[in-house]
Amino acid sequence: MSKKQTFEEAFKRLEEIAALLDSGETPLEESMKLYEEGMKLIKICSEKLEQAEQKIRKLSEKADGSFEETDFEPLPE
Amino acid sequence: MDQRIYSVTELTREIKELLERSFPRLWVEGEISNFKRHSSGHLYFTLKDANSQISCAMWRFRAGSLRFHPEHGMKVLVEGDIQVYERGGNYQLIVAQIQPAGGVGALQLAFEQLKKKLHAEGLFDEAHKQPLPPYPARIGVITSPTGAAIRDIISVLRRRAPGVELLIYPVRVQGEEAAEEIAAAIDSFNRYGKVDVLIIGRGGGSLEDLWAFNEEMVARAIYRSRIPIISAVGHEVDYSIADFVADYRAATPSAAAEVAVRDQAELKGQLAYYRERLQKSLLNRIEGYRNTLESIRSSYAFRRPQDQIFQSLQQLDELQRRLTRSMSHRIAINTGQLETLRKQLLAMNPRAILNRGYSITYKNGQVVKDAALLARDDQVKVVLAKGSFQANVNAIGDDNE
Repeated sequence: MSKKQTFEEAFKRLEEIAALLDSGETPLEESMKLYEEGMKLIKICSEKLEQAEQKIRKLSEKADGSFEETDFEPLPE
Repeated sequence: MDQRIYSVTELTREIKELLERSFPRLWVEGEISNFKRHSSGHLYFTLKDANSQISCAMWRFRAGSLRFHPEHGMKVLVEGDIQVYERGGNYQLIVAQIQPAGGVGALQLAFEQLKKKLHAEGLFDEAHKQPLPPYPARIGVITSPTGAAIRDIISVLRRRAPGVELLIYPVRVQGEEAAEEIAAAIDSFNRYGKVDVLIIGRGGGSLEDLWAFNEEMVARAIYRSRIPIISAVGHEVDYSIADFVADYRAATPSAAAEVAVRDQAELKGQLAYYRERLQKSLLNRIEGYRNTLESIRSSYAFRRPQDQIFQSLQQLDELQRRLTRSMSHRIAINTGQLETLRKQLLAMNPRAILNRGYSITYKNGQVVKDAALLARDDQVKVVLAKGSFQANVNAIGDDNE
Protein backbone atom coordinates (compact mmCIF):
# COMPACT_ATOMS: atom_id res chain seq x y z
CA MET A 1 0.00 0.00 0.00
CA SER A 2 1.45 3.32 -0.99
CA LYS A 3 2.31 5.58 1.90
CA LYS A 4 2.62 8.38 -0.59
CA GLN A 5 -1.16 8.89 -0.69
CA THR A 6 -1.55 9.08 3.07
CA PHE A 7 1.19 11.64 3.57
CA GLU A 8 0.55 13.92 0.66
CA GLU A 9 -3.21 13.98 1.17
CA ALA A 10 -2.89 14.04 4.95
CA PHE A 11 -0.82 17.19 4.98
CA LYS A 12 -3.10 18.83 2.47
CA ARG A 13 -6.15 17.97 4.60
CA LEU A 14 -4.44 19.10 7.81
CA GLU A 15 -3.79 22.49 6.28
CA GLU A 16 -7.44 22.71 5.19
CA ILE A 17 -8.68 21.79 8.65
CA ALA A 18 -6.33 24.25 10.36
CA ALA A 19 -7.45 27.04 8.05
CA LEU A 20 -11.14 26.25 8.64
CA LEU A 21 -10.71 26.18 12.40
CA ASP A 22 -8.67 29.39 12.35
CA SER A 23 -11.28 31.19 10.31
CA GLY A 24 -13.77 30.86 13.16
CA GLU A 25 -16.56 30.53 10.65
CA THR A 26 -17.47 26.92 11.32
CA PRO A 27 -20.09 26.23 13.99
CA LEU A 28 -18.95 24.46 17.14
CA GLU A 29 -20.27 21.03 16.16
CA GLU A 30 -18.38 21.05 12.88
CA SER A 31 -15.32 22.47 14.58
CA MET A 32 -15.29 19.50 16.92
CA LYS A 33 -15.60 17.07 14.02
CA LEU A 34 -12.78 18.77 12.15
CA TYR A 35 -10.63 18.74 15.26
CA GLU A 36 -11.16 15.01 15.74
CA GLU A 37 -10.40 14.33 12.09
CA GLY A 38 -7.21 16.35 12.32
CA MET A 39 -6.00 14.57 15.44
CA LYS A 40 -6.67 11.20 13.85
CA LEU A 41 -4.66 12.12 10.74
CA ILE A 42 -1.78 13.31 12.89
CA LYS A 43 -1.83 10.04 14.81
CA ILE A 44 -1.75 7.90 11.64
CA CYS A 45 1.13 9.90 10.14
CA SER A 46 3.12 9.80 13.38
CA GLU A 47 2.79 6.05 13.56
CA LYS A 48 4.11 5.66 10.02
CA LEU A 49 7.11 7.82 10.88
CA GLU A 50 7.95 5.76 13.91
CA GLN A 51 9.13 2.89 11.70
CA ALA A 52 12.84 2.58 12.33
CA GLU A 53 13.83 -0.49 10.35
CA GLN A 54 14.61 0.12 6.67
CA LYS A 55 13.54 -2.49 4.15
CA ILE A 56 16.01 -3.06 1.32
CA ARG A 57 15.17 -5.57 -1.39
CA LYS A 58 16.43 -6.59 -4.80
CA LEU A 59 14.29 -6.77 -7.91
CA SER A 60 14.90 -9.59 -10.38
CA GLU A 61 13.11 -10.36 -13.59
CA LYS A 62 12.66 -14.01 -14.46
CA ALA A 63 12.83 -15.54 -17.91
CA ASP A 64 9.05 -15.75 -18.17
CA GLY A 65 8.78 -12.00 -17.59
CA SER A 66 7.57 -12.20 -14.00
CA PHE A 67 9.26 -10.35 -11.16
CA GLU A 68 10.43 -11.30 -7.71
CA GLU A 69 11.79 -9.39 -4.75
CA THR A 70 14.54 -10.88 -2.63
CA ASP A 71 16.79 -9.67 0.15
CA PHE A 72 19.67 -7.46 -0.82
CA GLU A 73 23.14 -7.31 0.64
CA PRO A 74 25.58 -4.75 -0.79
CA LEU A 75 28.66 -6.62 -1.96
CA PRO A 76 32.09 -5.42 -0.89
CA GLU A 77 33.93 -3.40 -3.52
CA MET B 1 66.05 -3.19 -77.90
CA ASP B 2 67.02 -4.32 -74.45
CA GLN B 3 64.16 -2.60 -72.61
CA ARG B 4 62.20 -4.88 -70.37
CA ILE B 5 58.64 -4.97 -71.61
CA TYR B 6 56.10 -5.33 -68.83
CA SER B 7 52.68 -6.67 -69.18
CA VAL B 8 50.05 -4.53 -67.56
CA THR B 9 49.58 -7.17 -64.91
CA GLU B 10 53.30 -7.37 -64.16
CA LEU B 11 53.60 -3.61 -63.88
CA THR B 12 50.57 -3.33 -61.68
CA ARG B 13 51.81 -6.20 -59.55
CA GLU B 14 55.12 -4.42 -58.95
CA ILE B 15 53.39 -1.16 -58.20
CA LYS B 16 51.21 -3.00 -55.71
CA GLU B 17 54.12 -4.66 -53.96
CA LEU B 18 56.11 -1.43 -53.89
CA LEU B 19 53.29 0.69 -52.51
CA GLU B 20 52.03 -1.83 -49.99
CA ARG B 21 55.54 -2.45 -48.74
CA SER B 22 56.43 1.24 -48.52
CA PHE B 23 53.26 2.30 -46.80
CA PRO B 24 52.33 -0.11 -44.11
CA ARG B 25 50.04 1.00 -41.27
CA LEU B 26 50.17 4.80 -41.16
CA TRP B 27 48.25 7.87 -39.95
CA VAL B 28 46.92 10.48 -42.37
CA GLU B 29 45.33 13.80 -41.63
CA GLY B 30 42.77 15.31 -43.95
CA GLU B 31 39.24 16.45 -44.54
CA ILE B 32 36.38 14.09 -45.26
CA SER B 33 34.36 14.59 -48.38
CA ASN B 34 31.84 12.54 -50.34
CA PHE B 35 31.06 10.52 -47.26
CA LYS B 36 28.80 7.56 -47.96
CA ARG B 37 27.52 4.84 -45.68
CA HIS B 38 26.67 1.89 -47.87
CA SER B 39 23.70 -0.31 -47.06
CA SER B 40 26.21 -3.09 -46.42
CA GLY B 41 27.55 -1.10 -43.50
CA HIS B 42 30.85 -0.29 -45.19
CA LEU B 43 31.93 3.36 -45.23
CA TYR B 44 33.39 5.08 -48.29
CA PHE B 45 34.83 8.56 -48.45
CA THR B 46 37.54 10.71 -49.87
CA LEU B 47 40.23 12.18 -47.66
CA LYS B 48 41.60 15.41 -49.08
CA ASP B 49 43.60 18.51 -48.48
CA ALA B 50 44.26 21.59 -50.62
CA ASN B 51 46.13 19.78 -53.35
CA SER B 52 45.40 16.08 -53.28
CA GLN B 53 42.92 13.47 -52.35
CA ILE B 54 42.86 9.75 -51.65
CA SER B 55 39.99 7.25 -51.66
CA CYS B 56 39.19 5.53 -48.38
CA ALA B 57 37.14 2.55 -47.33
CA MET B 58 36.26 1.39 -43.83
CA TRP B 59 34.77 -2.09 -43.60
CA ARG B 60 31.69 -2.66 -41.50
CA PHE B 61 33.38 -4.69 -38.78
CA ARG B 62 35.68 -1.79 -38.07
CA ALA B 63 33.10 0.94 -38.60
CA GLY B 64 31.01 -0.61 -35.83
CA SER B 65 33.46 0.54 -33.19
CA LEU B 66 33.13 4.18 -34.23
CA ARG B 67 31.59 6.20 -31.42
CA PHE B 68 30.93 9.34 -33.42
CA HIS B 69 29.49 9.97 -36.88
CA PRO B 70 32.05 11.07 -39.47
CA GLU B 71 30.62 13.84 -41.61
CA HIS B 72 31.39 15.65 -44.79
CA GLY B 73 33.79 18.49 -44.05
CA MET B 74 35.06 17.01 -40.77
CA LYS B 75 38.80 17.20 -40.18
CA VAL B 76 40.07 13.82 -39.05
CA LEU B 77 43.06 11.61 -38.38
CA VAL B 78 42.81 8.27 -40.16
CA GLU B 79 44.81 5.15 -39.45
CA GLY B 80 45.03 2.59 -42.23
CA ASP B 81 46.94 0.67 -44.91
CA ILE B 82 47.43 1.39 -48.56
CA GLN B 83 45.93 -1.18 -50.87
CA VAL B 84 46.30 -1.32 -54.64
CA TYR B 85 43.53 -2.77 -56.79
CA GLU B 86 44.96 -4.47 -59.80
CA ARG B 87 41.62 -4.88 -61.51
CA GLY B 88 40.83 -1.19 -61.41
CA GLY B 89 44.33 0.14 -61.55
CA ASN B 90 43.80 2.34 -58.51
CA TYR B 91 44.71 2.47 -54.84
CA GLN B 92 42.82 3.06 -51.63
CA LEU B 93 43.46 3.69 -47.96
CA ILE B 94 41.79 0.87 -45.99
CA VAL B 95 40.81 2.50 -42.72
CA ALA B 96 41.35 0.86 -39.33
CA GLN B 97 40.20 3.79 -37.21
CA ILE B 98 39.19 7.45 -37.41
CA GLN B 99 39.82 10.14 -34.81
CA PRO B 100 38.60 13.70 -34.89
CA ALA B 101 41.52 16.05 -35.51
CA GLY B 102 42.16 19.20 -33.50
CA GLY B 103 42.26 18.02 -29.89
CA VAL B 104 38.66 16.94 -29.38
CA GLY B 105 38.54 13.26 -28.51
CA ALA B 106 36.31 10.79 -30.32
CA LEU B 107 34.19 10.28 -27.24
CA GLN B 108 33.83 13.97 -26.64
CA LEU B 109 32.75 14.44 -30.24
CA ALA B 110 30.26 11.61 -30.02
CA PHE B 111 28.89 13.19 -26.85
CA GLU B 112 28.41 16.55 -28.57
CA GLN B 113 26.76 14.94 -31.59
CA LEU B 114 24.27 12.93 -29.54
CA LYS B 115 23.53 15.83 -27.23
CA LYS B 116 22.73 18.03 -30.22
CA LYS B 117 20.56 15.38 -31.84
CA LEU B 118 18.52 14.55 -28.74
CA HIS B 119 18.17 18.18 -27.78
CA ALA B 120 16.70 18.91 -31.20
CA GLU B 121 14.27 16.03 -30.76
CA GLY B 122 13.09 17.54 -27.49
CA LEU B 123 14.32 14.87 -25.09
CA PHE B 124 15.73 17.52 -22.74
CA ASP B 125 12.57 19.68 -22.67
CA GLU B 126 11.59 21.02 -19.24
CA ALA B 127 7.93 20.57 -20.09
CA HIS B 128 8.41 16.81 -20.37
CA LYS B 129 10.09 16.46 -16.99
CA GLN B 130 7.95 14.99 -14.22
CA PRO B 131 7.87 16.44 -10.70
CA LEU B 132 9.35 14.23 -8.00
CA PRO B 133 6.79 12.74 -5.57
CA PRO B 134 7.10 14.59 -2.24
CA TYR B 135 6.55 11.53 -0.05
CA PRO B 136 7.70 8.38 -1.87
CA ALA B 137 6.98 5.13 -0.10
CA ARG B 138 9.29 3.02 -2.29
CA ILE B 139 12.40 4.04 -4.19
CA GLY B 140 13.92 2.01 -7.04
CA VAL B 141 17.69 2.16 -7.48
CA ILE B 142 19.55 1.14 -10.65
CA THR B 143 23.28 0.96 -10.04
CA SER B 144 26.17 -1.39 -9.45
CA PRO B 145 25.69 -3.69 -6.43
CA THR B 146 29.30 -3.06 -5.48
CA GLY B 147 30.85 0.36 -5.24
CA ALA B 148 30.35 3.48 -3.22
CA ALA B 149 27.21 4.69 -4.99
CA ILE B 150 24.80 2.13 -3.54
CA ARG B 151 26.35 2.37 -0.08
CA ASP B 152 26.07 6.16 -0.09
CA ILE B 153 22.43 6.02 -1.17
CA ILE B 154 21.55 3.46 1.50
CA SER B 155 23.28 5.37 4.27
CA VAL B 156 21.62 8.69 3.39
CA LEU B 157 18.17 7.11 3.17
CA ARG B 158 18.69 5.27 6.43
CA ARG B 159 19.39 8.56 8.14
CA ARG B 160 16.68 10.64 6.53
CA ALA B 161 13.80 8.25 6.01
CA PRO B 162 14.17 4.76 7.49
CA GLY B 163 10.52 4.11 6.78
CA VAL B 164 10.99 4.36 3.01
CA GLU B 165 11.57 1.04 1.20
CA LEU B 166 14.39 0.48 -1.28
CA LEU B 167 14.15 -1.79 -4.27
CA ILE B 168 17.48 -2.33 -6.02
CA TYR B 169 18.05 -3.59 -9.56
CA PRO B 170 21.78 -4.31 -9.89
CA VAL B 171 23.41 -3.56 -13.27
CA ARG B 172 26.81 -3.09 -14.84
CA VAL B 173 27.64 0.59 -14.94
CA GLN B 174 30.51 0.46 -17.44
CA GLY B 175 31.61 -1.65 -20.35
CA GLU B 176 29.96 -3.02 -23.46
CA GLU B 177 26.70 -4.34 -22.03
CA ALA B 178 26.14 -1.62 -19.43
CA ALA B 179 23.93 0.65 -21.53
CA GLU B 180 21.65 -2.21 -22.52
CA GLU B 181 21.36 -3.40 -18.90
CA ILE B 182 20.58 0.07 -17.61
CA ALA B 183 17.93 0.69 -20.26
CA ALA B 184 16.40 -2.75 -19.58
CA ALA B 185 16.33 -2.03 -15.84
CA ILE B 186 14.41 1.20 -16.40
CA ASP B 187 11.89 -0.59 -18.60
CA SER B 188 11.58 -3.40 -16.04
CA PHE B 189 10.71 -1.01 -13.25
CA ASN B 190 8.12 0.63 -15.48
CA ARG B 191 6.51 -2.72 -16.13
CA TYR B 192 6.70 -3.74 -12.48
CA GLY B 193 5.37 -0.45 -11.12
CA LYS B 194 5.30 -0.38 -7.31
CA VAL B 195 7.99 2.28 -6.96
CA ASP B 196 7.37 5.99 -6.75
CA VAL B 197 10.72 7.26 -8.03
CA LEU B 198 13.92 5.84 -9.57
CA ILE B 199 17.53 6.73 -8.88
CA ILE B 200 20.01 5.73 -11.57
CA GLY B 201 23.72 6.38 -11.34
CA ARG B 202 27.21 5.44 -10.45
CA GLY B 203 30.35 6.83 -8.84
CA GLY B 204 33.04 8.92 -10.53
CA GLY B 205 35.26 7.88 -13.44
CA SER B 206 36.63 8.87 -16.83
CA LEU B 207 34.47 9.74 -19.81
CA GLU B 208 35.06 6.19 -21.01
CA ASP B 209 33.93 4.77 -17.64
CA LEU B 210 30.76 6.85 -17.57
CA TRP B 211 30.03 6.23 -21.24
CA ALA B 212 27.05 3.94 -20.74
CA PHE B 213 25.10 6.92 -19.37
CA ASN B 214 25.79 8.81 -22.62
CA GLU B 215 24.32 6.14 -24.83
CA GLU B 216 21.21 6.82 -26.86
CA MET B 217 19.31 3.74 -25.65
CA VAL B 218 19.66 4.82 -22.02
CA ALA B 219 18.51 8.35 -22.89
CA ARG B 220 15.41 7.02 -24.65
CA ALA B 221 14.61 4.62 -21.81
CA ILE B 222 14.73 7.54 -19.38
CA TYR B 223 12.56 9.68 -21.63
CA ARG B 224 9.80 7.09 -21.94
CA SER B 225 9.81 6.20 -18.23
CA ARG B 226 6.51 6.96 -16.54
CA ILE B 227 8.24 6.76 -13.16
CA PRO B 228 10.18 9.96 -12.38
CA ILE B 229 13.95 9.46 -12.61
CA ILE B 230 16.76 11.11 -10.67
CA SER B 231 20.13 10.67 -12.36
CA ALA B 232 23.37 10.77 -10.38
CA VAL B 233 26.30 10.00 -12.65
CA GLY B 234 29.86 10.54 -11.54
CA HIS B 235 31.00 13.58 -9.66
CA GLU B 236 29.80 17.15 -9.34
CA VAL B 237 31.45 18.26 -12.60
CA ASP B 238 30.36 15.35 -14.79
CA TYR B 239 27.33 15.96 -16.94
CA SER B 240 26.03 13.00 -18.89
CA ILE B 241 23.29 12.71 -21.49
CA ALA B 242 21.28 10.81 -18.88
CA ASP B 243 21.50 13.88 -16.64
CA PHE B 244 19.98 16.06 -19.37
CA VAL B 245 17.06 13.70 -20.04
CA ALA B 246 16.31 12.80 -16.42
CA ASP B 247 13.55 14.49 -14.46
CA TYR B 248 16.13 15.65 -11.94
CA ARG B 249 19.92 15.71 -12.01
CA ALA B 250 21.77 15.17 -8.74
CA ALA B 251 25.47 15.94 -8.49
CA THR B 252 26.24 12.70 -6.64
CA PRO B 253 24.44 9.52 -5.52
CA SER B 254 24.22 10.92 -1.97
CA ALA B 255 22.62 14.10 -3.28
CA ALA B 256 20.13 11.95 -5.18
CA ALA B 257 19.05 10.24 -1.97
CA GLU B 258 18.77 13.61 -0.21
CA VAL B 259 16.48 15.03 -2.85
CA ALA B 260 14.38 11.89 -3.15
CA VAL B 261 12.93 12.03 0.38
CA ARG B 262 11.94 14.61 2.97
CA ASP B 263 13.88 14.42 6.17
CA GLN B 264 11.81 12.41 8.63
CA ALA B 265 12.67 14.81 11.44
CA GLU B 266 11.23 17.65 9.39
CA LEU B 267 7.97 15.73 8.88
CA LYS B 268 7.66 15.01 12.58
CA GLY B 269 8.14 18.70 13.24
CA GLN B 270 5.33 19.56 10.83
CA LEU B 271 2.96 17.13 12.54
CA ALA B 272 3.77 18.69 15.92
CA TYR B 273 3.04 22.11 14.43
CA TYR B 274 -0.39 21.01 13.21
CA ARG B 275 -1.21 19.40 16.54
CA GLU B 276 -0.45 22.70 18.33
CA ARG B 277 -2.32 24.76 15.79
CA LEU B 278 -5.50 22.66 15.90
CA GLN B 279 -5.54 22.65 19.70
CA LYS B 280 -5.03 26.41 19.83
CA SER B 281 -7.80 26.95 17.30
CA LEU B 282 -10.29 24.90 19.24
CA LEU B 283 -9.30 26.67 22.44
CA ASN B 284 -9.98 29.98 20.73
CA ARG B 285 -13.40 28.82 19.58
CA ILE B 286 -14.27 27.73 23.09
CA GLU B 287 -12.97 31.04 24.41
CA GLY B 288 -15.25 32.76 21.94
CA TYR B 289 -18.31 30.86 23.14
CA ARG B 290 -17.32 31.48 26.71
CA ASN B 291 -17.39 35.20 26.03
CA THR B 292 -20.78 34.91 24.40
CA LEU B 293 -22.12 33.03 27.38
CA GLU B 294 -20.64 35.62 29.71
CA SER B 295 -22.36 38.45 27.91
CA ILE B 296 -25.67 36.57 27.85
CA ARG B 297 -25.35 36.01 31.55
CA SER B 298 -24.81 39.68 32.30
CA SER B 299 -27.52 40.79 29.85
CA TYR B 300 -30.26 38.67 31.28
CA ALA B 301 -29.37 38.91 34.93
CA PHE B 302 -29.20 35.17 35.43
CA ARG B 303 -27.26 35.18 38.64
CA ARG B 304 -28.46 32.20 40.56
CA PRO B 305 -25.94 29.35 40.82
CA GLN B 306 -28.48 26.70 39.81
CA ASP B 307 -28.78 28.21 36.36
CA GLN B 308 -27.66 26.17 33.44
CA ILE B 309 -25.56 28.99 32.10
CA PHE B 310 -23.52 29.21 35.27
CA GLN B 311 -22.91 25.49 35.04
CA SER B 312 -21.96 25.76 31.39
CA LEU B 313 -19.41 28.42 32.22
CA GLN B 314 -17.90 26.22 34.84
CA GLN B 315 -17.68 23.31 32.42
CA LEU B 316 -16.11 25.50 29.82
CA ASP B 317 -13.50 26.69 32.29
CA GLU B 318 -12.70 23.11 33.18
CA LEU B 319 -12.42 22.16 29.51
CA GLN B 320 -10.13 25.07 28.84
CA ARG B 321 -7.89 24.09 31.71
CA ARG B 322 -7.69 20.55 30.40
CA LEU B 323 -6.93 21.62 26.86
CA THR B 324 -4.19 23.93 28.06
CA ARG B 325 -2.68 21.07 29.99
CA SER B 326 -3.10 18.72 27.04
CA MET B 327 -0.97 20.92 24.87
CA SER B 328 1.99 19.95 26.97
CA HIS B 329 0.84 16.49 27.98
CA ARG B 330 -0.97 15.50 24.80
CA ILE B 331 -4.21 14.25 26.28
CA ALA B 332 -7.12 14.22 23.90
CA ILE B 333 -10.06 16.30 25.03
CA ASN B 334 -13.26 14.62 26.00
CA THR B 335 -15.43 15.40 23.05
CA GLY B 336 -18.48 14.02 24.82
CA GLN B 337 -18.33 16.92 27.21
CA LEU B 338 -18.14 19.35 24.37
CA GLU B 339 -21.18 17.73 22.83
CA THR B 340 -23.22 18.35 25.99
CA LEU B 341 -21.94 21.88 26.06
CA ARG B 342 -22.89 22.37 22.45
CA LYS B 343 -26.48 21.40 23.18
CA GLN B 344 -26.60 23.74 26.11
CA LEU B 345 -25.18 26.58 24.11
CA LEU B 346 -27.75 26.04 21.39
CA ALA B 347 -30.41 26.32 24.03
CA MET B 348 -28.80 29.43 25.45
CA ASN B 349 -28.50 31.39 22.26
CA PRO B 350 -30.46 34.63 22.40
CA ARG B 351 -32.98 33.58 19.75
CA ALA B 352 -33.84 30.38 21.63
CA ILE B 353 -34.40 32.36 24.80
CA LEU B 354 -36.69 34.81 23.06
CA ASN B 355 -38.55 31.89 21.52
CA ARG B 356 -39.41 30.70 24.99
CA GLY B 357 -41.34 33.90 25.61
CA TYR B 358 -38.73 36.15 27.10
CA SER B 359 -38.39 39.69 25.73
CA ILE B 360 -35.82 42.47 25.82
CA THR B 361 -36.78 45.95 27.00
CA TYR B 362 -34.93 49.07 25.83
CA LYS B 363 -35.12 52.64 27.15
CA ASN B 364 -33.34 55.22 24.98
CA GLY B 365 -31.54 52.46 23.19
CA GLN B 366 -30.21 50.92 26.39
CA VAL B 367 -31.20 47.50 27.68
CA VAL B 368 -33.21 47.74 30.87
CA LYS B 369 -32.41 45.15 33.54
CA ASP B 370 -33.63 46.89 36.65
CA ALA B 371 -37.21 48.13 36.90
CA ALA B 372 -36.11 50.60 39.55
CA LEU B 373 -34.42 52.62 36.84
CA LEU B 374 -37.77 53.25 35.12
CA ALA B 375 -40.33 55.92 35.96
CA ARG B 376 -44.07 56.21 35.20
CA ASP B 377 -44.79 57.38 31.63
CA ASP B 378 -41.34 56.37 30.36
CA GLN B 379 -41.38 55.27 26.75
CA VAL B 380 -39.84 51.85 26.28
CA LYS B 381 -39.31 49.59 23.29
CA VAL B 382 -39.90 45.87 23.71
CA VAL B 383 -38.33 43.28 21.41
CA LEU B 384 -40.08 39.91 21.11
CA ALA B 385 -39.14 36.67 19.35
CA LYS B 386 -41.04 38.10 16.43
CA GLY B 387 -41.34 41.87 16.03
CA SER B 388 -41.33 44.63 18.64
CA PHE B 389 -43.62 47.31 20.09
CA GLN B 390 -43.46 50.64 21.91
CA ALA B 391 -44.95 50.84 25.38
CA ASN B 392 -45.72 53.36 28.06
CA VAL B 393 -44.75 52.47 31.63
CA ASN B 394 -47.83 52.43 33.87
CA ALA B 395 -46.52 51.06 37.12
CA ILE B 396 -43.21 49.71 38.55
CA GLY B 397 -43.10 46.51 40.60
CA ASP B 398 -40.58 44.28 42.48
CA ASP B 399 -39.16 40.86 41.42
CA ASN B 400 -41.83 38.42 40.25
CA GLU B 401 -44.69 40.73 41.02
